[in-house]
Amino acid sequence: MSDHHGDDHAREHDRPLSGPALRARALESLLVEKGLVDPKALDELIDTYQTKVGPRNGAKIVARAWTDPAFKKRLLSDATAAIAEFGFIGRQGEDMVVLENTPKVRNVVVCTLCSCYPWPVLGLPPVWYKSAPYRARAVIDPRGVLKELGSEVPEDVELRVWDSTAELRYLVLPERPAGTEGWSEDELAAIVTRDAMIGVAQVKLPARGKR
Amino acid sequence: MTTSIPPEVDLGALPALPRDDAGPVFSAPWEAQAFAMTLSLHARGVFTWREWADVLAAELAAASARGEPDDGTHYYVHWLAALEKLVAGKKLILGNELERRVDEWDAAARSTPHGKPIELPRRG
Repeated sequence: MSDHHGDDHAREHDRPLSGPALRARALESLLVEKGLVDPKALDELIDTYQTKVGPRNGAKIVARAWTDPAFKKRLLSDATAAIAEFGFIGRQGEDMVVLENTPKVRNVVVCTLCSCYPWPVLGLPPVWYKSAPYRARAVIDPRGVLKELGSEVPEDVELRVWDSTAELRYLVLPERPAGTEGWSEDELAAIVTRDAMIGVAQVKLPARGKR
Repeated sequence: MTTSIPPEVDLGALPALPRDDAGPVFSAPWEAQAFAMTLSLHARGVFTWREWADVLAAELAAASARGEPDDGTHYYVHWLAALEKLVAGKKLILGNELERRVDEWDAAARSTPHGKPIELPRRG
């Protein structure tokens, strides 16, 4: 599996249905026949997760917390309720916890067992989040993992690693970068990245003039 | 929880992390299909999310125990296998029903000319 990225679509056309695609098709046709899933509902779900839900939801929450101290307080004390104010509600009935980064403490989120992830606010997880190396190493060697992901953490900053579960999902509230005083919520949301909300990166100011 | 590195850990021996920069959510349509079936069955109350997470975690752990390189690209293969097991465990699909259906789709796919939609022959 070296060339996983570009040409899946082209290959789909080259070979008949096979492997997991064949099994998924067979399973779906059986479940539809038994009235257990509705193909229209499946399409809707896929569309929602592919195009509508993404890290932008989380970015809006972070930007609001940066600009509205009362919201931030609610977010840190009862994240599930505060996030529901935006209409982002977990389908799995999970509770959300928001972890605040400070100059002295940085939080990193992982799911060591599978890949529990706050879908309603971040969409679906990136491929590295689901990988065994990340799942295992984030706990053993968080500093090394962050360094590899491009974010070196000074020795005097404490790193806290949080293991997600089916019932509990975490979102990191990154530090607001200096130089963003007076920015609007929308402008702030635009610079918040998915990786910053997983905790493996910090929010950086875009290059000059991009604002 | 706060972690520190235990002294016996050989950091150099740890595998490298795969990277993606906001890569595709699903790398093939079947991955989206497997994902959506799972959410949909959960929404019907067929299983709890805890049950699902346990089966998926077991599937991932088994793959890792078999020594399969897990760089995240096979994630949905394990996801689909977990879903098949859970659905069988819940007796939603019985015996070799799924294997028979796989064979039927396989036969249909092979006999469908290139470019035509693959469909199962009507029964009865």
